Amino acid sequence: MNAGRSFIARLACSSTALAALASAGIASANPVRWQLNMTPGVTATSQNVQWLHNLALGICVVIGILVFGAMAYSMVKFRKSKGAVAAQFSHNTVAEVIWTIVPIVILIVLAVPATNILFKMYDTRNAELTIKVTGYQWLWQYEYLNPSNPAKNVEFTSRLERSSDRTRQLGSGMDPFKVKVGDENTYLLDVDHPLVLPVDTKVRFVITADDVIHAWWVPVLGWKQDAIPGQINEDWTEIHQPGVYRGQCAELCGKDHGFMPIVVKAVPKAEFQTWLAAQQTAGDAAHTASASSVPSAPAPAAVAASATTAPVAAAPVAAH
Amino acid sequence: MATYGTNPATHAPLHRDSLHDDVQHGAAHDDHGPKEGFFHRWFMSTNHKDIGTLYLLFSLLMFLIGGSMAMAIRAELFQPGLQFMQPEFFNQLTTMHALVMIFGAVMPAFVGLANWMIPMMIGAPDMALPRMNNWSFWILPFAFTMLLLPFVLGMFGIGGGGPAGGWTMYPPLSLQGGSSVAFMIFAVHMMGISSIMGAINIIATILNLRAPGVDLLKMPVFVWSWLITAFLLIAVMPVLAGAVTMLLTDKFFHTSFFNAAGGGDPVMFQHIFWFFGHPEVYIMILPAFGIISEILPTFSRKPLFGYQAMVYAIASIAFLSFIVWAHHMFTVGMPLGGELFFMYSTMLIAVPTGVKVFNWVSTMWKGSMTFETPMLFAVAFVILFTIGGFSGLMLAMVPADFQYQDTYFVVAHFHYVLVTGAIFGIMAGVYYWLPKWTGHMYNETLGKWHFWLSTIFVNVLFFPQHFLGLAGMPRRIPDYNVAFADFNMISSLGGFAFGASQLLFVYIVWHAMRGGGPVAPARVWEGARGLEWTLPSPPPHHSFVTPPVIRDGDLAHGDVTH
Repeated sequence: MNAGRSFIARLACSSTALAALASAGIASANPVRWQLNMTPGVTATSQNVQWLHNLALGICVVIGILVFGAMAYSMVKFRKSKGAVAAQFSHNTVAEVIWTIVPIVILIVLAVPATNILFKMYDTRNAELTIKVTGYQWLWQYEYLNPSNPAKNVEFTSRLERSSDRTRQLGSGMDPFKVKVGDENTYLLDVDHPLVLPVDTKVRFVITADDVIHAWWVPVLGWKQDAIPGQINEDWTEIHQPGVYRGQCAELCGKDHGFMPIVVKAVPKAEFQTWLAAQQTAGDAAHTASASSVPSAPAPAAVAASATTAPVAAAPVAAH
Repeated sequence: MATYGTNPATHAPLHRDSLHDDVQHGAAHDDHGPKEGFFHRWFMSTNHKDIGTLYLLFSLLMFLIGGSMAMAIRAELFQPGLQFMQPEFFNQLTTMHALVMIFGAVMPAFVGLANWMIPMMIGAPDMALPRMNNWSFWILPFAFTMLLLPFVLGMFGIGGGGPAGGWTMYPPLSLQGGSSVAFMIFAVHMMGISSIMGAINIIATILNLRAPGVDLLKMPVFVWSWLITAFLLIAVMPVLAGAVTMLLTDKFFHTSFFNAAGGGDPVMFQHIFWFFGHPEVYIMILPAFGIISEILPTFSRKPLFGYQAMVYAIASIAFLSFIVWAHHMFTVGMPLGGELFFMYSTMLIAVPTGVKVFNWVSTMWKGSMTFETPMLFAVAFVILFTIGGFSGLMLAMVPADFQYQDTYFVVAHFHYVLVTGAIFGIMAGVYYWLPKWTGHMYNETLGKWHFWLSTIFVNVLFFPQHFLGLAGMPRRIPDYNVAFADFNMISSLGGFAFGASQLLFVYIVWHAMRGGGPVAPARVWEGARGLEWTLPSPPPHHSFVTPPVIRDGDLAHGDVTH
């Protein structure tokens, strides 16, 4: 009836509005308090992923309304206390066929875009810059690979920034709400040396680990990848918006799994070149010192063409 | 009535129609000859009812232990910053919480329900292998002592503490543990042996001991669900045994199954583990599906809708469960084709599961419903398990899964399907059958209180975790950025209240076992159908000593036209 129809129409409108609100830029680059939905992020990948998530969520909400609505209706209407007399039907083959076929169609509606998005995420061709990411217990190491002149590789470690580290100690008496950069609370999400990347540049990552399995994840980039000792995984990203983006290790890796965050600082290309050049100069000058500060960093092996190859056996690592 | 011999215990003549014999011949007392001593009855039991009781009480104890661990976890996560424990201990808590709940609470509870109900539902006198049945149970207290000891001793400063690499035990991390790794592996072996023997027993019982007239496609759905679950158990528990044995040899005997430096592969462990692990989660839910399919028709006073479809759906789910395992590993770096295959196969499981949900709703539709506690839990199961199924469908989609994997979104998903799914299913079954077992009605008012408190607070506890995952909070971390503080606090408050509510359940069960509450009739619930409801409440220690004569109307699904 009319009243019911307009209620449903209003409900649909407000849920669309909510979805739009959630998917709009109101969800910022890093977690915000009371955040309800996935971030749209700062890459095409992250936006595709959020779109797919919203599609799946929307379909589930509609199915839920139908199924739970039918249950609620029957619990009100078909109560013995209201004098309902039970029907005795026990099967209906046509119904079974319908509610087998319709879900399959819905699954296809979800699987097609999911497949397309996944194809794009796997395409690591034509990257302009390659970063090697190595997970350690409990920090990350980044290396900017320069294939034409490996002596100019820039390499450094990135670990939990000190005020977070002091605050998080058991019984520190310090307040996590006070760990800030400007207005942004960065407790457990800040590092000493962030990964600096140029915007509008396809950056390829080769990801591995030295000891146990870790995972590299920055939500606004739209993907995560396990960092596995003895295996090199390959990913790519292209950031369109300058900013500081924060992430965390996403695979249990021991006692400080929660304390090895990731910070990506996306800057304009020119600024990136200047920064990189400065690192290279500093690297030349302190070459021996920086190499020995990292425990048994494996030399960059000849990187397999793509993540589709079998796991690569690493050079023998020092026994633990 | 024709006689054909005498009852060996009582020497009373045996009549053909012993369906009603157990009622007539004073079944309320045990006809055993000399009375069994306590030790003999409980430690050397070959009786499916007593062994069922042992499993259920053991499971309740483990539920409280695992629940206490969860309370400690939620206490630490109540606010940002570390307040109570070191991160290493937090990792032990999360590891032990999962192991205790999965292997100590959920699985033994389902086996206990199987032991109690399957023989009575099919007109059998007991399980096919009663002595092996005893051993299946009694392995468990020893296995859990072994599992819990390093953790408990570690809390008192003795030894290196319990395992802390997650219940999934991924190497190389899990191999960094100390001797607790060996204890954990031996405990898993023992639990596995217990499950395998139990599964063999269940299959042998169902296939061989059905009374004449109890055809396979007339069996209760609960019996079907356990028949299929038993095959899953036999198929995959040995795989887990293999995986953990390789962990053991990697750690202690210098093999390199999972050590890249020695030519092995850490990811291979994940494949082997999850080949067990995915069917395992279906092992933990299929019996619950069976329980719900018993309860909804009873309280709707209407036959189960689509009996055959329901059986085939369980079988389809079980089959599909073998080809989806790598959806737990979407971020390891599998080739694109592999990721796509597992995405499609995982999404497919939604189809038979959906059929089951629609059939349950259709059972309720145009029924004549009353809402006693078992029905309340069954209805809550359908709604809340479906919500868990929705998040499962979302997790199946690989590009989105890259954002969900290893976050609280996954934690929310599996707690919805395991707590509001498996645990609520178990509780529904306990409330449903407790009057049959004890001969006394439980306190219905308290039961409803337990239901409402549990349902409200389980949602306060787990629903916000979806938001935490979507906002970017990883799992298995003891501390977090302040952006995650609000929902963590809400979740913890829900957790404390949910945990406290379970003490009510303990009281309700104890009270019914003690004989509080009115005497229960044989057919406890007006709409109940099936052989178990022809026996008195409580049933005799040995029921269906001779096979009952079955008329189709005695069975819930005796009508072969559906």
